[in-house]
Amino acid sequence: MPAVEARQACRPADYRSDIAPIWCPGCGDFHVLLSFTRAFAELGLAPEDTVVVSGIGCSSRISAYTRCYGFHGVHGRALAVGAGLKVARPDLTVVVASGDGDGYSIGGNHFLHACRRNIDMLYVVMDNRVYGMTKGQPSPTTEPDFDTALTPGGTGMRPFHPLVVALASGANFIARAFSGAPYETAGILAEAIRHPGFSFVEVLSPCVTFRPDEKDWKGLVHAAPVAPTDDPARAARRIMTDDGFNIGILYRGQRAPYQPPRTPLVSTLADLEKEFEL
Amino acid sequence: MTWLASHAVTSLTELLAVAYKIEVDAVERYTVLAESMKIHNNPGLAQLFRDLANAEGMHAQEIRRRAGDVDVTADAARLGRLQDADSPEEAELDAAHYLMTPWHALQMALAAEQRALEFFSSVADSADDPGIQSMAAQFAEEEAGHVELVHRLLLQHPRPAGEAPWDPDPPRSQG
Repeated sequence: MPAVEARQACRPADYRSDIAPIWCPGCGDFHVLLSFTRAFAELGLAPEDTVVVSGIGCSSRISAYTRCYGFHGVHGRALAVGAGLKVARPDLTVVVASGDGDGYSIGGNHFLHACRRNIDMLYVVMDNRVYGMTKGQPSPTTEPDFDTALTPGGTGMRPFHPLVVALASGANFIARAFSGAPYETAGILAEAIRHPGFSFVEVLSPCVTFRPDEKDWKGLVHAAPVAPTDDPARAARRIMTDDGFNIGILYRGQRAPYQPPRTPLVSTLADLEKEFEL
Repeated sequence: MTWLASHAVTSLTELLAVAYKIEVDAVERYTVLAESMKIHNNPGLAQLFRDLANAEGMHAQEIRRRAGDVDVTADAARLGRLQDADSPEEAELDAAHYLMTPWHALQMALAAEQRALEFFSSVADSADDPGIQSMAAQFAEEEAGHVELVHRLLLQHPRPAGEAPWDPDPPRSQG
């Protein structure tokens, strides 16, 4: 990845913008932001060569909180923006951030095809299994027995399994992290950026306001007991049968990333007219 | 010693850098919490976290003064790259809540000061170098003073009586 070269060292704090995060106190996303900045510092990324693209939702605010370039996009479309950017500017490090609603529901189709295309970028989904910004509706990863005033009796629906979908769709690197372990998460994010192709990291990030039960995740997460594999069949078996709280790198694929050949830019109006000539 | 577990303190310069880093990290964490409380329209708690940040900032400056010509800021930045967990004196971010009171905030601060006390006590106990032992013991003594200070502050902000803090417009999903 050309953008990941040794540069003059920045401290994690150097990647933070001056904008105070608008997240609930105790939100896991604070830790994810810390992990982003630590990963960028570990890789020595230049803020001006790094772009954080996000969609809509609490977690997608993250693009404003780093000093890198940012694009706070349309709901569910962050991957489309990120993919276009990376294809046009392969020299940049592109990190796309979403939440579980933005990324798996509204942006679900983009997720499938981003995995399939295998463009060299990182996709981070901060999964709190709820739509926090709109006050607590169930998301695609919400458990079927989420029994609340908004979902009396629970949703009764099987949750979406993002890691399995990512693997089946062709993602080249798959990991699960926990926001409450920001240093470990930073290491996973750095590895994900280093790995060529489309890297997908699901970060379990508790919503303390609408899902106070998720405070228990701290006691449920555990290190994945096996080393990452490059065998999709083995990875599928592991991911399908784990308890959802396995933390670590679960799959490292060997597929070559997609990068179309760069064509010269149209330089004059006449050239442009000629290109669109009927 | 879980923080910087792979990195033993081997010199006085390093100990000063570690102590400085601990204070600077605490300042950053309290500042995040203060900003968060300000945004959530809790100016009293925002001020309390700012006061805690200022207090830790004064400790950091005191360590810089004590270090004299040694550039502890550069050494602390180097240590930051080895860091594998929160500094001992950083308040736990996930312990915060929008309904928390000054008592809850001070409980966070108390836990942080106690971790710092344990850290420096552990360095003092495990160091072979008498100079490191002595300085670490001084830092531990200072942290013990901070623990006492938080206990005194807690007398002004006792545990809220009765029910847990109440939100007149609670999150609907919990209703």
